[in-house]
Amino acid sequence: MKIHEYQGKELLRKFGVVVPRGVFCQSVDEAVKAAESLGGKVWVVKAQIHAGGRGKGGGVKLARSLDEVRQYAGQILGMQLVTHQTGPDGQKVRRLLVEEGADIRKEYYLAVLTDRKTQKVAVMASSEGGMEIEEVAQHSPEKILTAYVDPIDGLSDAQATELATGIGIPAGSVARAVVALKGLYACYMETDASLAEINPLILEGDGTIKALDAKFNFDDNALYRIPDIFAYRDIDEEDANEIEASKFGLAYISLDGNIGCLVNGAGLAMATMDVIKLYGGEPANFLDVGGGASAEKVTEAFKIMLKNDNVKGILVNIFGGIMKCDTIANGVMAAVRQTQLKVPLVVRMKGTNEELGKQLLRDSGLPIIPADTMAEAAEKIVAAVR
Amino acid sequence: MSILINKDTKVITQGITGKVGQFHTEKCQEYANGKNCFVAGVNPKKAGESIFDIPIYASVKEASAATSATVSVIYVPPAGAAAAIWEAVEADLDMAICITEGIPVRDMLEVRNRMKRKVAAGGKETLLLGPNCPGLITPDEIKIGIMPGHIHRRGRVGVVSRSGTLTYEAVAMLTELGLGQSSAVGIGGDPINGLKHIDVMRMFNDDPETDAVIMIGEIGGPDEADAALWCKEHMKKPVVGFIAGVTAPPGKRMGHAGALISGGADTAEAKLEIMASCGFKVTRNPSELGRMVKSLL
Repeated sequence: MKIHEYQGKELLRKFGVVVPRGVFCQSVDEAVKAAESLGGKVWVVKAQIHAGGRGKGGGVKLARSLDEVRQYAGQILGMQLVTHQTGPDGQKVRRLLVEEGADIRKEYYLAVLTDRKTQKVAVMASSEGGMEIEEVAQHSPEKILTAYVDPIDGLSDAQATELATGIGIPAGSVARAVVALKGLYACYMETDASLAEINPLILEGDGTIKALDAKFNFDDNALYRIPDIFAYRDIDEEDANEIEASKFGLAYISLDGNIGCLVNGAGLAMATMDVIKLYGGEPANFLDVGGGASAEKVTEAFKIMLKNDNVKGILVNIFGGIMKCDTIANGVMAAVRQTQLKVPLVVRMKGTNEELGKQLLRDSGLPIIPADTMAEAAEKIVAAVR
Repeated sequence: MSILINKDTKVITQGITGKVGQFHTEKCQEYANGKNCFVAGVNPKKAGESIFDIPIYASVKEASAATSATVSVIYVPPAGAAAAIWEAVEADLDMAICITEGIPVRDMLEVRNRMKRKVAAGGKETLLLGPNCPGLITPDEIKIGIMPGHIHRRGRVGVVSRSGTLTYEAVAMLTELGLGQSSAVGIGGDPINGLKHIDVMRMFNDDPETDAVIMIGEIGGPDEADAALWCKEHMKKPVVGFIAGVTAPPGKRMGHAGALISGGADTAEAKLEIMASCGFKVTRNPSELGRMVKSLL
């Protein structure tokens, strides 16, 4: 799960990391009032969406008067903000953060994530703040320092100090950078985050170390025990079909193609998408019905796939293990009837009660195209949607 | 021979009294020598009772002491699963197999670091398989986990995979072609897990009853590349490889918690390339896996 920048900064503040004073707003008037209450002569008006690259897309503006705050807030609220992470349609801006200006002398980068290889917590720091960290990693990897932390010990003062001095924080501000590093680490651990990133972390003229941005992802498996974080969820930022699917225990992700896929198991679902592509088609979605799919679940899965107008055909690929093929066949037939399916449907079933399932489909009188292997199924559905 | 388990393995089931644990314990008992293999269950509140003629003990330690079982399989729900793994480790078992899906990553991180500390301090090492995995099987001898037993057939091809149903695909192809499997191992779809591809490849390499291996991976993480680089230097047997997720968009979690592209080196394309350069026969069509193995034997 992702959260907004203003929510991330709220979290950071709780963990002792200095962030700019700012106010979350949902209208132009609120934005102007926020700027007035913050005082000063410079404000930053920031679009709040869950994607990165907001500045380049025109979603972050520096205002030098209250009139400019009004003007920029009006421009940004309601705009379709397009960034490299939103896709071509962009994301509608519904929320703003108005902040006091900052006295930026130098920009740094901090992040915490879980390193799969070492099975430690990786705390990363770089002198190259304000840039895409992927680019830094590619062109000057020596400028990224990483401390691997045993979660039982936690991040030590020595490790944090080494990182802070290693990225060139001036001596007078190292202690403040250590507070930021330890705060970010504690926040990551205590909130079951899967990514916590500050880019940029800045040095101000008076030596203050401040987080100008905050990006967090949280472990979906842990949401049950972090209710305060879960309350930050903004469903406007999520795909409506994905939310609907999750209500039925289905893992669904929208894609750009025109062949809907219904598969059991995440690996097999990805493989099915790949084989469709191999035969010249494009998958419209990833959909894992999970281990215990009932007829009802299959029907719901069909309904969700068909909400996507691009879907010109459907491929069902099931390996019946615990889940029996005849159960799936019944589910597919019910779904075809209930949704009055108009697009071609290829069904490939394998495993437990395979023959029984195939027989049910043959006897149904429904226009279902059978297939024996995954490759044959992909070939048939690709041909059918042409 | 086979890897990790055989007909003489004695197994403790943690979470035996839950719905999932009961369902699969019965299936495991029915498979091959299962009746003699599944010797104990654990539930502190039901110690002294029994289920499917399997006695229930209050703890893994007691169960292991009473039955000499050396392996446990875990169906405990996510919130308590990491603690269940640790209980198996503290009881000095040889291996814990965690089927549970949905364990918070932080819990796995903590238990994995505790396990490593125990070994570093001279304690006995307990291998962990999973979590979020189907388990493992040595056909015609023993199955520990949730895979459908009937699709397997005793043979000489090893299978290792992060995905459940994709493993079953490979297994079914090998069975249809008459090749069968020596052992089939599901290492699970989570980002922080126990045995990795490289560990299982080592075991298949050393197993005199394995002639070739199918290695199946997916997007996310460095494990397949690590295994391929090891194989380039050490593997004496042919390996056929497939990576799921060529079409997966970056930054999206594809069902499995660990199936998420987060850099550039963990895409399906990048992994396939490394595997091919290390001498694997790779395919982009999983329906070809069985035939490719056959052509190499």
